[in-house]
Amino acid sequence: MIKVEFLGPIGKMPMEMEASTLADVSAKLKEDSTLIQWLDKCAVALNDTMVNDLSTRLKDGDRVSILPPVCGG
Amino acid sequence: MELYDGPLDTKEIFGRWLDEEAQSNYGAYIPFVGTIRAEEDIEALSFDIYEPVLREWFDAWQEKAKGLGAAVKMAHSQGDVPIHTSSYISAVFSPKRRVALELIDAFVEDFKANAPIWKYDVKNGERIYAADRSTPMYGSGLLA
Repeated sequence: MIKVEFLGPIGKMPMEMEASTLADVSAKLKEDSTLIQWLDKCAVALNDTMVNDLSTRLKDGDRVSILPPVCGG
Repeated sequence: MELYDGPLDTKEIFGRWLDEEAQSNYGAYIPFVGTIRAEEDIEALSFDIYEPVLREWFDAWQEKAKGLGAAVKMAHSQGDVPIHTSSYISAVFSPKRRVALELIDAFVEDFKANAPIWKYDVKNGERIYAADRSTPMYGSGLLA
C-alpha cells in the first residue's frame, strides 16, 4: 500500500492505494473526476524527492506527493 | 533557509546575515526583497509551503553557490502577509560582484518556478488560489 497526498490548493484528503509504479498511480488518479483539472499541470515527488519517470518503482509505505503550480515570493 | 509565520522582519534578518558573514571575506552582498503590493483590492497574500521539498531545492542551490565560491540565503513567510510588508527575502554573498549579480538572478527566477510554495490572494477574509500567476514545476504533467 502506498499513500498519495495532494499539496497546496488541490484541497483533497490523502488516498491509499496498491501501486507498483507511478504509471499505476496515474491510472488510478485519472479515475477521479475531481483531479482531471490538476494532473496535467502537477509535478510529483516520491518520499520528498522530485521524480520524472512513470516507470519509477514503488514499495510498500512509499509516499507520493502531487504538487500543483507554484508561486513563491 | 528560514521560514516564519506572517511577515518577515527584513532589517533584522538582513542585518544578522551580514553579521554572520562579516569575517567570510566576501566582497559582494546582494539582497533581494519581495514586498506585497496593494493591487486588485487584496488585503494580504497567503502562502502554503511544502518544507521537505523546499529544503531539498534550497540545499541544491547552496551546493551550486558553494561551487562558485558563493553563498545563498533565503527567508519566506507562511500564512497571511499584509500588503506593504515582505514575504520573501534572499541574498547572495560572493568574493566578487559578477558572480553574485548572476547568481541572484538565476536563484530568484528558479525560486519563482520551482520552489514548492502556493500563493493565495486574501479578499474579504477569503483565500483565493493565485492560479493565473502560478507556474507548473519542472516535470509537471507526469501523471496526466
